[in-house]
Amino acid sequence: MPLPRLIPCLDVAGGRVVKGVRFRQLRDVGDPVELGAAYSDGGADELVFLDISATITSTVAAAGVAARVAEHVTIPFTFGGGIRSVADATVLLEAGADKISVNSAALARPELIEELARALGSQAVVVAIDTEGGRVRSHAATRDAARDTVAWAQECEQRGAGELLVTSIDRDGTQDGYDLEQLAALRDAVSLPVIASGGAGNAQHVADALQVSQAALLASILHENPARLVSLRAELKELGVCLR
Amino acid sequence: MKTVAIARYGAGNVRSVELAVRRLGAEMTDDLERADLAVLPGVGSARSAMDGLGPAADVLRARQAAGRPILGICLGLQLALDESEEDGGVAGLGIVPGRAVRLQAERVPRIGWATVDPGGEAYWFAHSYEAVTDATVATSEGHAAIVEHGSFVGVQFHPEKSGVAGQRFLEQCLSRG
Repeated sequence: MPLPRLIPCLDVAGGRVVKGVRFRQLRDVGDPVELGAAYSDGGADELVFLDISATITSTVAAAGVAARVAEHVTIPFTFGGGIRSVADATVLLEAGADKISVNSAALARPELIEELARALGSQAVVVAIDTEGGRVRSHAATRDAARDTVAWAQECEQRGAGELLVTSIDRDGTQDGYDLEQLAALRDAVSLPVIASGGAGNAQHVADALQVSQAALLASILHENPARLVSLRAELKELGVCLR
Repeated sequence: MKTVAIARYGAGNVRSVELAVRRLGAEMTDDLERADLAVLPGVGSARSAMDGLGPAADVLRARQAAGRPILGICLGLQLALDESEEDGGVAGLGIVPGRAVRLQAERVPRIGWATVDPGGEAYWFAHSYEAVTDATVATSEGHAAIVEHGSFVGVQFHPEKSGVAGQRFLEQCLSRG
């Protein structure tokens, strides 16, 4: 297996990195290129940018951000938010993104996953799954998607997804640790790589997640501070996690 | 100044290859025939790529016959082989003996950084198929990672996305070109 991955996640709106509580009270915390490059220098294995404004017009803005990131960052990155079609995704990949991530649009029309995989290759197609109590949530986790998380993950795999980004909504932002039970269930149910998200508070949490998943998404634990990534990597290595 | 041409055959992230080449101070050209180095990038699926290549396929074959450097990246490596299992079977360029088969690994696609031996350097991989060829000169966890045949060098990883290590690898490819 490739080495376990640490993936800082940057929320983007209007071309800037923003921070807020559950999509509210957004404040500007920096430039996506500068922060992305700093994380890359700090040892990030990949980056994820989530455009949380996620409107149709924001796809164009997102492509602008992706283009600038690609100029300055030489590690892989994923772009998510507002992608509803192969055309949307193509714009982002042509700008320099390596993967795109879809969530609500795939729940609304699961064939989208097949279309994306056929056009771009499975390795470029990440399906983000927001889960709470074993059930899938949609629309920034505000609605019940009426689907079982494991069943949806298997359907995503069958339809050609290349990776799953699984966020435990009940853990997100709590810093109480990842939902290891849910992640283990998904590890057993699919053979795709799984990126664990939601709940990281310390290095042990991340180490635990990397036991059951192939990558850990790092959001609030980093506080948009690349120096924290450097110290976290050192702590993980002390815990015996084999990183790049 | 070295010149580099990218064989374009469809949608996907070709820009990163272009940016990486420019970072090394090389000049991009559309002249696939005369460029110092031709790059066959890795985007999409085998069938759409072969269809998309069109006349560039013969230009690449001619380059190989003339001993002019070609770098194949990811799918670009697999396309250089005789055939691929992908999409129900697709004939490749046939400039490197061998075939691309469905990847046998614990998790597919195989995504992430993995070391390549000999050398021990880690590069970033993202693939669902792998090359099976006697031209393999370096492996990663048992999978072909670097393939060399005549003037063709193929890599299963993405040097343009592999940070400093990838940049160094591309520099070596350019210096041959």
